[in-house]
Amino acid sequence: MSAYLLNRAAQALFVLWAAFTISFVLLQAMPGDAVLIKFQNPDLGLTAAQVAEIRSSYAVDSPVVVQYLRTIGNFLTGNFGYSVQAGVPVGSLLAAHLPATLMLATLGFLLASVLAVIIAFLSSLTPLAWLRGALQSIPSLFISIPTFWLGIMLIQIFSFRLKLVPVINPGPWQELILPVLTLAVPISAPLAQVLVRNIDDAMTRPFVAVARAKGASRFWVLSRHVAKNALLPTLTIAGVLLGELIAGAVVTETVFGLNGIGGLTERAVGSQDAAVLQAIVVLSALGFVIINLAVDLLYPVLDPRLRTKAGAAA
Amino acid sequence: MTVVAKPLPPVLEVEGLCIAYRDGHAERRAVHDVSFRINPGEVVALVGESGSGKTTTAQSIIGLLAANGRVESGSIKLNGTDIARWSDRQLDTVRGVKISLVPQDPGSSLNPIKTIGSQIGEIFRIHGALHSEEIEGRVLSLLARVGLSEPALRARQYPHELSGGMRQRVLIAIAIALKPQLIIADEPTSALDVTVQKRILDLIDELRAEYGTSVLLVTHDLGVAADRADRLVVLQKGRIQEQDAAGVILAAPRSAYTRQLLADAPSFTAPVKRPIRSPGVGVQDDVVVVEGLVREFPRDDGRGRLCAVNDLSFRVRRGTTHAIVGESGSGKTTTIRNIVGFDKPTAGRIEIDGIEVSGLKGEDLRQFRRKIQLVYQNPYGSLDPRQSVLQIVTEPLLNFSRLARADREEKVRTILSRVGLPEDALLRRPHALSGGQRQRVAIARALVLDPQVVVLDEAVSALDVSVQARILDLLAELQSDLGLTYLFVSHDLAVVRQISDTVSVLKDGRLVEGGVVSEIFEAPSSEYTCELINAIPGRTRRAAA
Repeated sequence: MSAYLLNRAAQALFVLWAAFTISFVLLQAMPGDAVLIKFQNPDLGLTAAQVAEIRSSYAVDSPVVVQYLRTIGNFLTGNFGYSVQAGVPVGSLLAAHLPATLMLATLGFLLASVLAVIIAFLSSLTPLAWLRGALQSIPSLFISIPTFWLGIMLIQIFSFRLKLVPVINPGPWQELILPVLTLAVPISAPLAQVLVRNIDDAMTRPFVAVARAKGASRFWVLSRHVAKNALLPTLTIAGVLLGELIAGAVVTETVFGLNGIGGLTERAVGSQDAAVLQAIVVLSALGFVIINLAVDLLYPVLDPRLRTKAGAAA
Repeated sequence: MTVVAKPLPPVLEVEGLCIAYRDGHAERRAVHDVSFRINPGEVVALVGESGSGKTTTAQSIIGLLAANGRVESGSIKLNGTDIARWSDRQLDTVRGVKISLVPQDPGSSLNPIKTIGSQIGEIFRIHGALHSEEIEGRVLSLLARVGLSEPALRARQYPHELSGGMRQRVLIAIAIALKPQLIIADEPTSALDVTVQKRILDLIDELRAEYGTSVLLVTHDLGVAADRADRLVVLQKGRIQEQDAAGVILAAPRSAYTRQLLADAPSFTAPVKRPIRSPGVGVQDDVVVVEGLVREFPRDDGRGRLCAVNDLSFRVRRGTTHAIVGESGSGKTTTIRNIVGFDKPTAGRIEIDGIEVSGLKGEDLRQFRRKIQLVYQNPYGSLDPRQSVLQIVTEPLLNFSRLARADREEKVRTILSRVGLPEDALLRRPHALSGGQRQRVAIARALVLDPQVVVLDEAVSALDVSVQARILDLLAELQSDLGLTYLFVSHDLAVVRQISDTVSVLKDGRLVEGGVVSEIFEAPSSEYTCELINAIPGRTRRAAA
């Protein structure tokens, strides 16, 4: 087991390094940099020599390799650099914006899971063919709705028409209701789709017939035998969906004017704030790595067949 | 005053049962006007080949037809009450309590992520039959009753930690838990080794006698049915061909179909007197020579090594059939993997047609494969579903010979007609062929390279008896025409006796005994071979004959 863990940890470190390096190269390859964008503005009336001086104070004029090594060293010691645009350390920017996004993403993911489970269970339990068909076409509908459009429609309907959720000075929880819903809908679609298919697969397995022959009802079989078996393959897709979650958060935060990582990313891209972008890329990669590691470690907990295998490998 | 024993009312009475499956917009009838009854304590066997409707009939009795199936007409009376049109909710009160099921495939019939104990205990929880504190005790006594050692340990284990035979015992424990009146045993042993099969069937017999339960035995194996059932119901294409007491049908079958089935069942046919073609002394024309073969694998837990094949030696004379017999885990698969060069032995020597196999590498190994070809057990899995029959059989030629296109096609067509495939099958894909036709394609693919040796790895085990008989005839014919040497890997001793000249019996990777088939069958020298021979179903009929 420990050998397996070490192996996985090494893979995780490699992914982080690769994400850092690739994003560093890409950010370097862009013409210009944040310092130029901010200080070359003719209105500031700085001379070329002064700009060069500022550039050297931010150390953006040293050779690429030196910058690369220095940045990687700084990241390892927890120093993510300085935001040129905001004029504060990137670390404190992240600390200020991360909680809102974490809250949004977590709640969004939970709601998406609940939606997916409801859709999958109902479509599997209903004896009515038309209802089953309707429920199973929901995921395709959900995945085709653009996030920004959904956000605007939700504000229109719930805030302006029905006046259920205030837009001006909402409470900390009220503020989250619509964004979480907006984020959850497209995430729930692939989850529901995979879950429906896996439930259908599991339903045809012989052990289901045996459980039915014991006298178990359809609901008993679904909740005690099929659900957990169907969850195993769904878990894999849940790990992959984190990417969707991050992309969805950027749009959602912009539409709802939330102060999170999404909004921060959007502004940093606009101003080519390389240090901020670099930190966000590494942060996202870290999220991916942690979620997928957690998924891998969760498999043996849910499936005893993998438990003995992992044990034997140790 | 004398009391005349009044005949007990039947447990189950099926009358005029018709079942149809919806297929798109059309309905296809799978069971036509089937009627039979099962009296208390009686074993009735539904016998038939695939497509006979035997499983459909059994499923309808316990209300577990596939979603697109429906009972069109007729009645299924359980203790006089017609349950044919009951809702699921009504049936839930009967299933497990009055009627239970022993399924076909113990491998997949238990939930892989729940413990054995919880899966047995579940039936008490579903029906609220016991207080929760009492359940564990009952589970343990049931596990002991079905002959599992260390019940407390088994209850905590998961299905993958148990062997196939042990899993089937667990499923039987579930089936008898609430002492039902009727157990439906749907091919309960077709996935098990012969000796395990015998023990499981003995167990079902024993429990039936103990509880007075009736059994509906669904099987394709007339031998099993003959040994275990009081009455037989023979089905073909959804219609009853005949039904009567087992002894009556076996002694004097009335329908032509039953007669054909009896003739085709290898367990009933008298052993063919084959001219003894054992490895003779003097002229040495041994096309397969295995000497001191050892194959070890590192153990899963990293401790020590597992010896899959231990010091195995045998020789096969050109033009004869050598059978490798053994149960799961006996090392027969490892042996043939080494013989065809898919795996390297740890020690020992293998020579095919004068070529030392274990030393071959790269191009030499590839060229060597022309000499020895494989036909696998599963004709569904071993053919590429995206290729047509013509493409499947042409592929080996593309790999090895530089024949012109026209010659190639000519050769493929010849071989396909040689194995008895109709011309119009050539452009079909595997899914449009029957099981027997698929196995003919696999045989054609093996023969198209003109090999010296053909390895038949359980090549007829998955086929219905009548199809099996035709394929065995074909194999015999091809052997005498082309001078082929067969290595016939099988767990089915009845078939082995029918087609092979010599045999090696393996157990736990070791050769238990080997030699000429007729001699070994008549006078087995090892206890294990005796046990294997005794486990062949159909003894009652052979004894009567």
